[in-house]
Amino acid sequence: MASGIRDKVAILGMGCTRFGERWDAGGEDLIVEAFTQCLEDAGIDKNEIQACWFGTYYPEIGVGKSGIPLSSTLKLPFLPVTRVENKCATGTEAFRGACYAVASGAYDICFALGVEKLKDTGYGGLPAGSTEGEIDVMLGANKTAPGAFAQLASAYSAKYKIPMERIKEAMAHVSWKSHQNGAMNPRAHLRRAVTKEQILKAPMVAYPLGLFDCCGVSDGAACAIVTTPEIAKSIKRNEDLVFVKALQIACSSGEEALFTAWDGASVLTTTRAAKRAYDEAGIQDPRREISMMEVHDCFSITELVTMEDLQISPRGGAIEDILNGFFDLKGGGIPCQVDGGLKCFGHPIGASGLRMIFEVYNQLLQRWPEERLVKNPRYGLTHNLGGFPHQNVVAVTILGINS
Amino acid sequence: MVGICMAGAYVPRYRLSREKIFQAMGWLNPATRSLARGQKAVANYDEDSVTMAVSATMECRVEKEKADCLYFASTTMPYQERQNAGIIATALGMREDVRTADFTGSLKAGTTALISALETVVAGGCSSIVVCASDCRLAKMGGQEEMFFGDGSATAIVGKDDVIAEYKGSFSLSVDFVDRFRTPSSPFGRAWEDRWIRDAGYDKIIPRALNSFLKKYDLKLEDFSKVLYCCPYPSERRKLNKKLGLKEDQIQNFLMERVGDTGVAQPLVMLASVLENARAGDNILLLSYGNGCDAIWFEVTDSIGRLKESRPLEKSLDAGVELDPYEKYLVWRDVVPFEAGLRAEHNPPVRWSLVWRLRRAILGFCGSRCTRCGTPQFPPQRVCVNPACGAIDEMEDYYFSDKEGKVASFTGDNLAATVNPPQIYGHVLFEGGGKVLMDFTDCNLDTLHVGMPVTPVFRVKDYDRVRGTTRYGWKVKPV
Repeated sequence: MASGIRDKVAILGMGCTRFGERWDAGGEDLIVEAFTQCLEDAGIDKNEIQACWFGTYYPEIGVGKSGIPLSSTLKLPFLPVTRVENKCATGTEAFRGACYAVASGAYDICFALGVEKLKDTGYGGLPAGSTEGEIDVMLGANKTAPGAFAQLASAYSAKYKIPMERIKEAMAHVSWKSHQNGAMNPRAHLRRAVTKEQILKAPMVAYPLGLFDCCGVSDGAACAIVTTPEIAKSIKRNEDLVFVKALQIACSSGEEALFTAWDGASVLTTTRAAKRAYDEAGIQDPRREISMMEVHDCFSITELVTMEDLQISPRGGAIEDILNGFFDLKGGGIPCQVDGGLKCFGHPIGASGLRMIFEVYNQLLQRWPEERLVKNPRYGLTHNLGGFPHQNVVAVTILGINS
Repeated sequence: MVGICMAGAYVPRYRLSREKIFQAMGWLNPATRSLARGQKAVANYDEDSVTMAVSATMECRVEKEKADCLYFASTTMPYQERQNAGIIATALGMREDVRTADFTGSLKAGTTALISALETVVAGGCSSIVVCASDCRLAKMGGQEEMFFGDGSATAIVGKDDVIAEYKGSFSLSVDFVDRFRTPSSPFGRAWEDRWIRDAGYDKIIPRALNSFLKKYDLKLEDFSKVLYCCPYPSERRKLNKKLGLKEDQIQNFLMERVGDTGVAQPLVMLASVLENARAGDNILLLSYGNGCDAIWFEVTDSIGRLKESRPLEKSLDAGVELDPYEKYLVWRDVVPFEAGLRAEHNPPVRWSLVWRLRRAILGFCGSRCTRCGTPQFPPQRVCVNPACGAIDEMEDYYFSDKEGKVASFTGDNLAATVNPPQIYGHVLFEGGGKVLMDFTDCNLDTLHVGMPVTPVFRVKDYDRVRGTTRYGWKVKPV
């Protein structure tokens, strides 16, 4: 009988580069930057790592395919390296692989790293070209990520009969809040606070998403070393430890894209993955028990519907929670995107899942300065949404302090 | 009785004001002042002669299983090798045991295709032939041809059951009169002196064909209620009307003020226009022009009421929207260089083996329907998408191309690379079931709303200027 991942794996150390337009660094530099931080935090030697999971989504314009770029960049001594890719859940997939390897007893100490070098394309947005396969090229719409996610807004407006102006207002708050948080974070890509007026007046990217409703396209890397609770306790004696409470993913069944039951104003995979994660972590009432969240705010409308899909806000009720400041850093609710989120911390695809885990890990260990600290958190949740609302993979991770 | 069972013409949505053209280019060629009247129809950025031919044929509500031949006539075919008629037949979802052919090389190619179809049915070789004619000709900026040329298409379904216009006879004249020509070395044509074209061309060739035809069948001009002939010059039309002795009510408007000269399509567009207003018993004489002339005689039957109900040409004439500014037209037709951005450089080749496997889905908008639970789905699936069913390999073909739908969600995307930003697309729920994320066309973002009825249209999805490949597919437009 399967018993899930709860409390079987502890995080020994983590690293995360400064995200941004890293004209100074290639993917290999980013790997080294994140890795050195991580080793130092873990307090172990490179040679103690037994197996690695490596996540990168666009290796064609970055470090190249396979696990080899990781092993050869870090001069790992002929270690097993598995390259994983699952769209925007890639970083979390790398983490998941490392955690499962430890939990299975196959290895004692594993390493997961995610990296993306996006700013060598020559233009804004993600690299052109379909990532959905050639049938989609021939049959699909001439779509981009903002346009595909923008669909949520018109469907949401129609379903709940909420005027677009009201949705725009809530989206502006989502973006404003992340800019407030990102401005305090030295690792974040976008570090300038903006006003809601600036957000609302910005040029349209894909109706109704304006420029500030879209996250940054960034370069960056993040990584983690995981091990068994016993080894973690022996290395970090008398220190607080962060444990993995749940690791769940859900992939679209095709129903959202082709069948007529889905309302288009929600993301079915998020709801499924979250439900499984809460069960795995033993969480009954997420709105009361989750202390903080890092969710996939690739676009502000995504963050809005995600609050409902995660069962934090009631259906049709996210706008009220958002405008009431429930997700603000010091709003008295569940702080969300405390580090700036994809919006301001940035979104190097393969690194994002591990970047979110990095933030939750450090918050759980109460390592950040007071101004951006979440007080005494118990459970932190991360959420990645890869693909499009109608065809995607979602990862939900729950971490907790001590077991 | 052999003749036309159904006729339809298609005029694209956009109209370019000739005054606007003159304002932009009149400084170069002030003589075009006299032509700067009315509007010309221009294909949308995602239309060409092939897609317009499909649009005109869809207006005819052709029974795709019945047709056993398809002829396509145009001087602006996107492919020189790869049969364009075959693209159209696949788009229409016709059977594969049919005969298809491209007719080209002259502006009379449309009437030649029509006569070939009529004579084939007379001979008993086929019983239902789709004849489509379409043109989307380019002209150099500031010239007279830019004023004349319009884009459009027309289709006639030729058969022997329940015809709306009976085929009574024809006469053809072929001469190598080179008033204008176009070679593969340039997208633009070259014409000789106008005065010579009018005096030695239209003024001689049309009367010669007309008189030969009348003599062949021992008829008089008064026997015809309408005489349609192709000549874009307004002054020459006035001269010819007088010279031929046409009475006011026999003259058919050339549609220059509203459409322009649609080349190969023009005689069939004019025919559709006449038929939409015809009465049973009317005799119609159709004359094309181009390296000679074809003359075709029809007599309208009692079944004409069927066409008058739908009046597709009249509807598309009324649905016109002005294209503004003029520069948009130049970019859409690739007449001037423009900055498309680095993102637009991404350009993988069409994978033809995949296109072949999925030809019915890509070109015909044919999905699948589960025979167990009845769920329509696109693209065609092996495993039924209905979560309550999940049947494997129990699918049948299901065409979405003739189904209307409703907008479920939409956006106008300024990031997507396109010459018509923003790229508008969204999820469409089809009547009878099925949902597809599709590009929208012939619409404006500010008039879209969830629940809006839309209809599928065959369009250019992408043009690869490096390899010269036009890639087709289906979009939706507002009903």
